[in-house]
Amino acid sequence: MGMGPDVKSYHDLRKATASRDRGLREKVMSLEEAAPLVNDGDHVAIGGCTLSRTPIAMIWALIRAGRKNLKVSRSIVSTEGDLLFGSGAANHIMTSWFSQGIVWGVSKVMRHYTEKKLARFEEWSHMSMGLRYRAGAMGVPFMATRAMIGSDVGRRVEDQVKPMACPFTGEPLLLLPALNPDVALIHVQRADRYGNAQMDGLQFMDIDLAMAANRVILTTERLISNDQIRRSPDQTRIPFFTVDAVVEVPYGSAPHECYGLYEPFFGHLDYYAGLTSKDAAGGVKNYLDEYYRAPASWSEYLAKLGVDAIMDASRRGRSIFND
Amino acid sequence: MTEHKSYTASELLAVMAARLLKDGQAVFAGVGIPLLAATLAQRLHAGTLTILFEGGVIGPFVVPGQLPPSTNEQRCTRRANMVLPITDVLLLLQRGYVDVGFMGGAQIDRFGNLNSSFIGDPDAPAIRLPGTGGGNDISSLTQMIVAMKHEKRRFVMKVDFITSPGFIDGADSRVKSGLISGGMWRVVTDLALMGFDEKSREMRVLALHPGVTAEQVQDNTGFDLHIDSRVERTAPPYENELAVLRELDPERLYTA
Repeated sequence: MGMGPDVKSYHDLRKATASRDRGLREKVMSLEEAAPLVNDGDHVAIGGCTLSRTPIAMIWALIRAGRKNLKVSRSIVSTEGDLLFGSGAANHIMTSWFSQGIVWGVSKVMRHYTEKKLARFEEWSHMSMGLRYRAGAMGVPFMATRAMIGSDVGRRVEDQVKPMACPFTGEPLLLLPALNPDVALIHVQRADRYGNAQMDGLQFMDIDLAMAANRVILTTERLISNDQIRRSPDQTRIPFFTVDAVVEVPYGSAPHECYGLYEPFFGHLDYYAGLTSKDAAGGVKNYLDEYYRAPASWSEYLAKLGVDAIMDASRRGRSIFND
Repeated sequence: MTEHKSYTASELLAVMAARLLKDGQAVFAGVGIPLLAATLAQRLHAGTLTILFEGGVIGPFVVPGQLPPSTNEQRCTRRANMVLPITDVLLLLQRGYVDVGFMGGAQIDRFGNLNSSFIGDPDAPAIRLPGTGGGNDISSLTQMIVAMKHEKRRFVMKVDFITSPGFIDGADSRVKSGLISGGMWRVVTDLALMGFDEKSREMRVLALHPGVTAEQVQDNTGFDLHIDSRVERTAPPYENELAVLRELDPERLYTA
């Protein structure tokens, strides 16, 4: 196979970028207004990693809007993968690791959907996911790596990769196809109304995601002024012209973590694990009904998580600055 | 030896694994036993050991009682020298800055190949496991230490799926497959310490842990380990090793 299905021609990639309104313009909107930027069947890349800076609020909004058949990619997938499968929003997830987290064991929901072939979990190595986004961010069709060679991880996606002898040294390499997602969902601590985004702590693959994607929906804990951005431009990680929507969502990663603000909501995550380990399909459906469909607003969702849980997670989160 | 054991199997595993790490090394560690063991080594005999997390962290010092739930949370960054994007920290492996990769495993075979993807036929698996994470990258690109429970269902003749490559089919098959660096170095369990034969690349027992017999190790292994009758013995965990370990994991999240 010459070109993997995910690799876009350079002409198409440039055309998609050229067609976007990339001017310095305000793009603040609500979760509901941002949801139509994602179409059924789109490739949606998710920022953060495992339980960290997951754009939960935007995923919540997409599930509520009834999105279907999304192809989702992420560095490592946690509970949001269960919810995307359980709601039918996604039927294909590309990632290096998929379960709630090591302390909770193997996700029963992931097992249910993949073992019964109701949905697909396509496995790539962690670095390979990163290099594929980076190739996309660089505007080149592939990246060479020395990993994934010789293993069944590489063999299982052999229709999408290409072994190659280095043209200079003759050494064995594996070529990984670029990823240029239709949309990237990224949650940050601070952003201005134009989409200049600042992140604290771990960056994961988010900068490459923003550069690689053809649209970016940014959710932010705080909306700050452009003057504040310009006072510390060295802290800006994502430039405004890659961003198509800015949504201010306090606690937008809850019950996951947002560096320096709140740690994972461990009590809630234990509750979720218990609910889904007894009955994977039923448990995830009940959880979606209760937390994703019943609340009238994001505030109501947070109220359901509870003030005590929010305060506990926040106290732990802010303790990172105590040293 | 019939002495009463004052430590759990997981504690023994963490102590024995910690002893393999040396001052000055850069170690890529997973959470659970690898992180505990690396932190233990750092506190005892390897103060200049640098821990790297695949979440993008160079040189953190984990706070006792606040072990991170994965390598991607803020707890991983405590007192670190640097945080950087995931892809860049993993590329340090490819560039050659990492001395040892250190992780756990669900299933291992006699050539040190690890499976954390599928139990059974990958096209119709009995169990879909969480997958490689950084495991494939780490084992493809650096020397590996694996720490795991010694059970027959985990130590198999041939893994169902090679997630993280060891010596593939043995002998020079790893290099021939295109992996020209790295490889399995040590496998440490709650029963024994193992290495790999220089030529055949088959797993071999290097030392038995206190009170463990050769038969016991063989009975819990799904392939022949050819244990030498004069095989060495590891020293039992010292009091200070156990004391520091219990300070690090007071709730026994990983050492119950």
